[in-house]
Amino acid sequence: MSVRTIAAIATPLGEGGISVIRISGEDAISIADKCFYAFSGKALSALDGYMAAYGKVVDNNGSALDDAVALVFRAPKSYTGENVVEISVHGGTVIARQVLRRVLECGAVLATGGEFTKRAFLNGKLDLTKAESVMGLISARNDAAAKISRGAREGRISRDTQDILNKLLETAASLAAFADYPDEDIPNLNEENFAALLDECRFKCEKLISTYDTGRIIREGINCAIVGKPNVGKSTLMNMLCGSDRSIVTNIAGTTRDVVETTVNIGDVTLNLADTAGIHDTNDTVEKFGVDKAKEKIDNAELLLAVFDNSSAIDNDDRQLLGSIKDKKCIIILNKTDLPQQFDKQELSCFETIEISAREGNGMAELCSAINRVCKLEMLSPDDTVLINERQRDCVNRALNAVVSASDALAYGMTLDAVGVCIDDAIAALLELTGKRVTNEVCDEIFKRFCVGK
Amino acid sequence: MIKEYLAEQYDIAVIGGGHAGIEAALAPARLGCRTVMFTINLDWVGNMPCNPSIGGTAKGHLVRELDALGGEMGKAADATTLQSRMLNRGKGPAVYSLRAQIDRREYCTYMKHAVELQENLDVKQAEIVHIEKRDDGLWHCITRLGADYACKCVILATGTFLGGRIYIGEVNYESGPDGNFPATELAASLKKLNIPLRRFKTGTPARVDRASIDFSKLEVQDGDPDTVPFSFSSTEKPKNKVVCHIGYTNDETKKVILENLHRSPLYAGDIEGVGPRYCPSIEDKIVRFADKQRHQMFVEPCGENTEEMYLQGMSSSLPEEVQLKFYRTIPGLENVKVMRAAYAIEYDCIDPLALYATLEIKEQPGLYGAGQFNGSSGYEEAAAQGFVAGVNAAHKVLGREPLILSRSSSYIGTLIDDLVTKGCSDPYRMMTSRSEYRLLLRQDNADERMMPTGYALGLVGEEDYQRFLKRIELKNQEIERVNHTFLAPNPNLNAMLQEKGTAPLTTGTRLADLIKRPQLDYKCLAPFDPDRPELSDNICEKVEIEIKYEGYIKRQQAAVDEMLRLENKAIPVDFDYSAIKGLRLEAVEKLNKVRPDNIGQASRISGVSPADISVLLIYLSK
Repeated sequence: MSVRTIAAIATPLGEGGISVIRISGEDAISIADKCFYAFSGKALSALDGYMAAYGKVVDNNGSALDDAVALVFRAPKSYTGENVVEISVHGGTVIARQVLRRVLECGAVLATGGEFTKRAFLNGKLDLTKAESVMGLISARNDAAAKISRGAREGRISRDTQDILNKLLETAASLAAFADYPDEDIPNLNEENFAALLDECRFKCEKLISTYDTGRIIREGINCAIVGKPNVGKSTLMNMLCGSDRSIVTNIAGTTRDVVETTVNIGDVTLNLADTAGIHDTNDTVEKFGVDKAKEKIDNAELLLAVFDNSSAIDNDDRQLLGSIKDKKCIIILNKTDLPQQFDKQELSCFETIEISAREGNGMAELCSAINRVCKLEMLSPDDTVLINERQRDCVNRALNAVVSASDALAYGMTLDAVGVCIDDAIAALLELTGKRVTNEVCDEIFKRFCVGK
Repeated sequence: MIKEYLAEQYDIAVIGGGHAGIEAALAPARLGCRTVMFTINLDWVGNMPCNPSIGGTAKGHLVRELDALGGEMGKAADATTLQSRMLNRGKGPAVYSLRAQIDRREYCTYMKHAVELQENLDVKQAEIVHIEKRDDGLWHCITRLGADYACKCVILATGTFLGGRIYIGEVNYESGPDGNFPATELAASLKKLNIPLRRFKTGTPARVDRASIDFSKLEVQDGDPDTVPFSFSSTEKPKNKVVCHIGYTNDETKKVILENLHRSPLYAGDIEGVGPRYCPSIEDKIVRFADKQRHQMFVEPCGENTEEMYLQGMSSSLPEEVQLKFYRTIPGLENVKVMRAAYAIEYDCIDPLALYATLEIKEQPGLYGAGQFNGSSGYEEAAAQGFVAGVNAAHKVLGREPLILSRSSSYIGTLIDDLVTKGCSDPYRMMTSRSEYRLLLRQDNADERMMPTGYALGLVGEEDYQRFLKRIELKNQEIERVNHTFLAPNPNLNAMLQEKGTAPLTTGTRLADLIKRPQLDYKCLAPFDPDRPELSDNICEKVEIEIKYEGYIKRQQAAVDEMLRLENKAIPVDFDYSAIKGLRLEAVEKLNKVRPDNIGQASRISGVSPADISVLLIYLSK
């Protein structure tokens, strides 16, 4: 494998105080020596790792581009595990780009997105989940996405998994001793402790998996439908949320006949929003089509905003809607609070309810916090472990299934070797999660995610 | 220098007549190679210098696999069994393990005669003092008397004889096991070949006089009422002719040992060899498991025609007087008379990373190793390797493909893969936990896993093979039948179900589903299953396990399939790891040393990280 020396601007582009150009690869130091001259006259190649030199970056005519500090890292003690030189120059896009161009002229090639991380992974400096998190960090589009990636980068997934792994390994070890030393008087395994330990592992796996949905919501947004009977103000709410007249609003019930969709950012989260036709019995063929689509949305959406009219008394259409959404993740929006109250709020007692006046634009903040609450986003702290991709979820899910099978086998009264088979599977799946066990799947993932080998 | 004379030419020479040497000599002779087996003492072919028993956890599996491949050990054990037990009944079929007490003398007699009678095999009492490859391309084995045997391949099965030294307290001297001569000069000769030798040690407890034991103070351990032979070709069930006994150490034993620990050559630092972690001496156990109140001791007869009794679990290298003192602290042994003292023995063996999976030494084409020479411990581990080395040497001579058994096929494959891939830092003992595929590698199905290979090799006879095919046919038919037989609820059946603590039937239920219930087994349902055919014990066992554990077997099979995908990614021979950027230096060194055949094997090498494997995969898929 020919490993070329790569370079890129490592700091965000823009008006910062300092920009850093990072060079990584076997020739990093000799390439830097071609464009950087230390005022001491000492070449970078004469420096040990972790040594810095103050000097200037010069173009091919020998004229200075900027004063700079060059920091030398020697393999394997660097971020990528290769020789690395980081050249710090004065901030500003123009200077940084000039320096980078000069570095590329001297023999480096431009790093592709995530390539430093890819190399760090391949050189064993990061485990797979950490590498994946860096990739997530790079592509994060909002604060929350960056936050969870940062958590993973710091090794939270590895740490949480290790905790489960240790318990399973301990169990596997006692099972092995139990089987391998029939002649030693090793005390029999306490099946109750054993079952409790498996339950604990099951609980931890479930908890980890539940974080995946949170993570996915943060990354991809949540599919959300606005539903309600005609003329309760669904389209007004839609327009309030996206800040424009996305839906046509009239006082004629049944104006929205198809599903109107848009994407909005509400607080921390992205809503993939769908405004639907008002649900009621109708003979109008076109409107009926819209109503059917609205019912389909109720089934498919991950979050429902169910709108009711505060100014009219609850009727059968309302009750029917409440019945069809009671098992879904939903927020009840009691609209038209600017008008006198007729609606019986008792009927909503078991729902997460907020009151707004969409026409006047009241209640936006309450809605934001209700969404965070219902989607369990408010609890997300930078310390939380969040699974950040499908591969990770799949690994934990397989571990969970295996742990459940082990518990079942134990409860059912199967012999312990059957329990052991399941525990071995759970261990394998968790090792695969962090990349400590190489399987074809892990390698496929490496190819896919890091575009290696191209 | 002694004057050499050209004695004879052979295809294959085997140095050693222990458990490894016997199989290593029989297999090539049976494949038609002219073979010679050298032993230092012809009276002790197939000696058991340690415990008088064969089998045990995972070791019993090895014996059955070896038998299904066409080895001799299982047949010899069945013919000389004193007592037979299936261990781990109740812990699950993956770990059922057959173990038999053996008449040590009878076993030697059986094996000596077997090698003597074998066509193409000459057996000679001779000490090989020198081996080298000469210009004629042949390996020359020189005996102490100057005879020069020229051979195409040589198998080293030297056991504890190679550079053997016995330690008892402050006393130590050059010796082989059981008072035999050591092979001291051969060790020097091997060092000249730059074979990486190192010192391991093992030990054995005292043999004591039966008449001096008070058996009333010991627990009796009977054999199984219904015994199972090791060999698939044995038609008779071995008979239990003796009982064993169990006793326990106490605080007094501990006190005597701790007071005299400084006189142990191990603790005094005289022994450099590394002992087996999984078979520690009593002083080791007392030091390492200090909080344990007592340790178990098994009293096992050495044979029907001797009064010598073996004290399993009590091996020691303490001075003779201390041995006597601590043995006598054990209830039942208060007046015990020691006939042979316990001792530790240190010997030379190879770093198995220097071997290919064929057991050929990488740097010495035509030279093979087997048994303790390869760093293992145990008769069964030795015999299994002897067979594989023997077949591979023969195949080399005959120009056939090598025999390499995969980890997922057998404990034999696992044993050899572990040795040549991971190496070993102490004498390697087989255990069920060494296999990641325990539920597939069962003792009951060793024939299904190995016999087709044994037959293809030409080492399993036509008659045995046809019986095997019939067995499998009957098994499959019975599984099919049990899956399609429904039992209707009836008072007798329901009474039995309730008695066993499981739910009575309310509706017609598949027989297979009843067998799946943990409280029930195949046998207890026989009275309610009128169409059941008459089947052998082995077939019944197979049927029951395959039905009961179906889901778990499938789960494990999936793991095997996944692993095979990595095993199938071959690494070219002479692959240059140092040319790959991105591999860490340690990984390059290890990979160059082991030279794995495929990615799967590479991933098991210690010191090669998953990241290194990723790099390799990426490189190889280019």
